Amino acid sequence: MKSRQVYMDHGATTPVREEVLEAMLPFYREHYGNPSSLHAQGRAVRRELETAREKIAEILGAEAKEIIFTSGGTESNNIALRGTAKKKGTKGHIITSSIEHHAVLDVCRDLEKEGHPVTYLPVDKYGRVDPQTVKEAIQPDTFIISIMAANNEIGTLQPIKEIGSIAAEHKILFHTDAVQVVGQLPLDLSKIKVDFLSLSAHKFNGPKGVGALYVRKGVRINPIYIGGGQERKIRPGTENVPGIIGMSRALELTSTGMEEKSEKLSQLRDRLISGLLKIDEVILNGHPEERLPGNVNVSFEHIEGESILLSLDLQGVAASSGSACSSGSLDPSHVLSAIGLDHHTAHGSIRFSLGYGNSNNDIDYVLEIIPLIVDKLRRISPTYKPKAI
Amino acid sequence: MYNEKVIDHFSNPRNVGELENPDAVGETGSFKCGDTMTLYLKVEDGRIEDVSFQTFGCGAAIASSSMLTEMVKGKTLDEAMEITNQDVADELGGLPPLKLHCSNLAADALHNAIENYRKENGI
Repeated sequence: MKSRQVYMDHGATTPVREEVLEAMLPFYREHYGNPSSLHAQGRAVRRELETAREKIAEILGAEAKEIIFTSGGTESNNIALRGTAKKKGTKGHIITSSIEHHAVLDVCRDLEKEGHPVTYLPVDKYGRVDPQTVKEAIQPDTFIISIMAANNEIGTLQPIKEIGSIAAEHKILFHTDAVQVVGQLPLDLSKIKVDFLSLSAHKFNGPKGVGALYVRKGVRINPIYIGGGQERKIRPGTENVPGIIGMSRALELTSTGMEEKSEKLSQLRDRLISGLLKIDEVILNGHPEERLPGNVNVSFEHIEGESILLSLDLQGVAASSGSACSSGSLDPSHVLSAIGLDHHTAHGSIRFSLGYGNSNNDIDYVLEIIPLIVDKLRRISPTYKPKAI
Repeated sequence: MYNEKVIDHFSNPRNVGELENPDAVGETGSFKCGDTMTLYLKVEDGRIEDVSFQTFGCGAAIASSSMLTEMVKGKTLDEAMEITNQDVADELGGLPPLKLHCSNLAADALHNAIENYRKENGI
């Protein structure tokens, strides 16, 4: 019986806002021209596309020509990393962290197979990369550093400002996967030394299948696909016009009054965290303060994540887990392992990612049902011994 | 992802907990995915009179544990030894392919318990 539906998986994806969909629809209906066409229909769409680019650039503190439209975070990461390696032409050293999203980590592993040595930096128990370790890892042939702006699983914010400055001092390119940050926290690229930044529209109530790569003015990369001249040849192919328009509108909406919204979201997050920590043997994963406003990640000792997710799902709550059983692989999340969690604790991890639309009532509902779920599953568990009263 | 029978056994698991003075205890664990199960048996005249379990694991692991306890009650030890992990999954009406390995612990724990019982009683 699903009495209520509570969506707390905004780290996976978010619903498209009505205003966003409204902005997109005309570009499927009447404004269907190809922005590369010379005729009036094409020119009209080109104007709108460039306006969207300007809006996105302005919100991010960038210039319009620094924004390359892509199909999303994964493609943006691939273009930045592979495109830079291709431009370099010879083998060189790459620095990244051990807790990157697979869309960076696996690209680095792939480049490693092709002969580029890679350093995977460790993180502390909160999941933070120490900028000092970045400095120490630099080698004479290091050509790119890629460190995410915030971790998707545990929400820890990375010191990208410091790392960007270190990279700049050493004249090394710096890429950051900011998919989880754009739309949740204010970001001003004119104040951070970043050469590439990846973002994805569906993480901030925009449509799926569209994103962008910020490429700092003057930075040259080679395209990884070859085709037409769109997006300065860096990402050839007819632009996803409705998607781009939707992304621009979504970013505009999320950026209006962002500080206030981030604050409100952080309050919901902190209420949920403190409620969950009242349950016996629950551990907060990630940094207590330096974390995404919408991210809550906890481990429930003695029970397994997928069974918690399933119980939550049966009561209408959507969340996610880093447990092996919920991922389809046999290993628990590489992020939870990197922060030092043992197998059992990593298996009992649950991520609640809050977003636009979540309310205090949602927090109340989750805090009402979760102690019962945990208690029930712990009664089944062979490792749980209830404390004597 | 899971069928109704699996969800039923997961939501209302049968025979949960520790038996008092069990005649045999069996344990199994998957080092890889981290699931563990303990099975308790009461045996009388070579027949399983009572059974219970404790499991750390996903929905499939818990449902398989519960299903197994229903399947073995009243069976002779010889009959119980014949039960395979596949039988448990079949009795549940099937499991998603990716989750099959999670169900592999139930029959293993049962066989371990019976072996322990036989060893202790010199059978």
